[in-house]
Amino acid sequence: MDRAIYLDHNATQPVRPAAAAAAAEAMAEVGNPSSVHRFGRLARRRVEQARERVATLVGAVPAAVVFTSGGTEANTLALYGFPGRRILVGATEHDSILNAAPDATRIQVGPDGVIDLTALDRALAAEPGPALVSIQAANNETGVIQPIVEIAGLVHRYGALLHTDAVQAAARLPFDLRTLRADLLTLSGHKLGGPMGAGALVLREGLDLRPWLRGGGQERGLRAGTENVPGIAGLGAAAELAALDRPGMGEVERLREELEERILDAVPSASILGKDAPRLPNTCCVAMPGVSSETQVMALDLAGIAISAGSACSSGKVRRSHVLVAMGVAAEIAESAIRISLGTDSRPEHIDRFVEGWAAIFARSGGERRRTAAR
Amino acid sequence: MTAANAPRRPIYLDHQATTPTDPRVTEAMLPWFREKFGNPASPHAYGAEAEKAVETARAEIAALIGAEPREIVFTSGATEANNLAIKGAVRFKGAPASRVVTFATEHKCVLESVEALRREGAEVSVLPVERDGLVDLARLAEAIGLRTVLVSVMAANNEIGVVQPVAEIGALCRSRGVLFHTDAAQAAGKVPIDVGEMGIDLLSISGHKLYGPMGVGALYVRRRPRVRLEPLFSGGGQERGFRSGTLPTPLCVALGVAVRIAREGMDEEGARLRGLRDRLHAAIRAQLPDVVLNGDAERRLPGNLNLSFPGVDARDLIPALGDIAVSSGSACTAASVEPSYVLRALGVDDRLAAASIRFGLGRWTSAAEIDYAAEQVVRTVVRLRAAGTGATGFDRRVETS
Repeated sequence: MDRAIYLDHNATQPVRPAAAAAAAEAMAEVGNPSSVHRFGRLARRRVEQARERVATLVGAVPAAVVFTSGGTEANTLALYGFPGRRILVGATEHDSILNAAPDATRIQVGPDGVIDLTALDRALAAEPGPALVSIQAANNETGVIQPIVEIAGLVHRYGALLHTDAVQAAARLPFDLRTLRADLLTLSGHKLGGPMGAGALVLREGLDLRPWLRGGGQERGLRAGTENVPGIAGLGAAAELAALDRPGMGEVERLREELEERILDAVPSASILGKDAPRLPNTCCVAMPGVSSETQVMALDLAGIAISAGSACSSGKVRRSHVLVAMGVAAEIAESAIRISLGTDSRPEHIDRFVEGWAAIFARSGGERRRTAAR
Repeated sequence: MTAANAPRRPIYLDHQATTPTDPRVTEAMLPWFREKFGNPASPHAYGAEAEKAVETARAEIAALIGAEPREIVFTSGATEANNLAIKGAVRFKGAPASRVVTFATEHKCVLESVEALRREGAEVSVLPVERDGLVDLARLAEAIGLRTVLVSVMAANNEIGVVQPVAEIGALCRSRGVLFHTDAAQAAGKVPIDVGEMGIDLLSISGHKLYGPMGVGALYVRRRPRVRLEPLFSGGGQERGFRSGTLPTPLCVALGVAVRIAREGMDEEGARLRGLRDRLHAAIRAQLPDVVLNGDAERRLPGNLNLSFPGVDARDLIPALGDIAVSSGSACTAASVEPSYVLRALGVDDRLAAASIRFGLGRWTSAAEIDYAAEQVVRTVVRLRAAGTGATGFDRRVETS
């Protein structure tokens, strides 16, 4: 296949060479980390080395890193593992959070996508007692970054715990559990440049959870199942690189700014969603009025450009984004939004190709004329 | 290789704990890390390419067990598949009104899953097995009551390798209108399984037990008649809602290849392993006539041998074996000081249980390795017995630990 231009890094990205090598190296050996013989001990060493690397990335102690099969499972473990009953979640959280706690109180966001701190304060004050608040560090669709430090301060004032889904943020923002003061944090391997099939829930030291999967007693009894040694080794290698890599995000951000300028040049009526809030340096969520998200995604795919209409979940189904709805974005705008997410391998010529392809869709749709008529 | 060739050491004889990844599997998997890295759920060419590969793998897995591709749900492994099958089926019906029947020799994650259901109000029956490790069908028939929703019996045991009469259990469950789940982590790819002929409704597979990668497994979920499950976790709605989370393309592809290799070579490899296993047993028994075989001699996995060496403590024997990697039972509980609950369930006394070793032979196990291992085992057992260690068996270790 002639490789299309890939601008969908929030869905997944290529495994970093060092992470792929670490996984391949582990795959060349045999050993169950729970086995006591030398094969088992070698596998155990790989897992524990990765645990240290992940801990270093987020400023935690290695013992507080619980490996899972990925971000979705880590989010579920966080919410399920909380021994109390009261859970509050942000309205723009990933589906794995919203579905894990369907009865949770939802905290609204402002039009910029940022959590309404007053609403959070009110919700916490409304009902005393232990609670868990889950607010993502950065949104997967808009890239909007939440003020986790402030949120943590507020949450802790009420004696509640804060979980943050840092699946998108971890590779792109400086990240330290100690300065953020979050109590639990979710990481996904493949969103960090590691392999798919490994992730982690990181706990503040001393925090205890209800076991999620029981059985062989792996991962301190919280998550049973033979450890995915190659996946974990790859995650460890990716975590080590991620810390070094974040400076490269400056370049990514410059590229994103250029992208957005040129988008607005090409289609002045386009709206960039979440633009008023601090955002991940790589994410651009833009609506082309009058053209459905699906049409844009398909036309760009045919033109050899891979982007998405939001999160890459249930088999490419394009639905109206709950994230944009929560931000109060009008239905016609939300239904015409797409997500462009850059990576360190993105180049200026990728931006050129995208803008060219996207502007062509706009021209075919009748451009400004049609949009005006539709009003 | 001739028998005169010295085998490469250390020798890995713990294939029930985990198997090496077949190099053909690794080779098939690696391009999906960097070149073809798409998320199978993404609506573009990268996603489509990944999705197609995942569907090919799904069809391979289905073919191994006589299922339809749509009946295969990818999971992170057999532990998750077992949890999803057991908790999912019973919770869907409502745990408090349900009864679950299983056996004492099941894998820990099965026993823990039914225990979780017990805490949720389900009635749970954990039945004993016979002395040879096999289930007694009459006993099972008796235990199935009106409210019974699910029977879970492993296809082959991880410690003693005993292969259960799955087809008979399936027929019984079918005639009584209860769901039948089988944990086939050890059996899949080693012995023939057909979900149609065997009346299986739910079946768990593990990647790393059949020369595939760690971190992936599958659950077969029957569609006709449809088996309904409550998911363990939800989110993006992948796997028809049974199992959310990004499908790990490289792992799915690798599992598909591993399954195909296992299916194609099953008969030949089974015969080869059975021959080697019997050779190991015979060589040890010739020198140590008092060894006790745990589990039925015939109805067991071709690559499994579980022996008790009277008068020797396995925790002395295993380290003394040096460059031969074996285990005293399940890897999960290998570090435990308790004797195997599986052997206890067979009625093996504590002392003999503490004297047991599991030999797990695999795809690259050679005759030279087996001959070396047999010699080494005999020599070490004789030495330990002469030194008098383990004379007090398990009790001694409890005191010192």
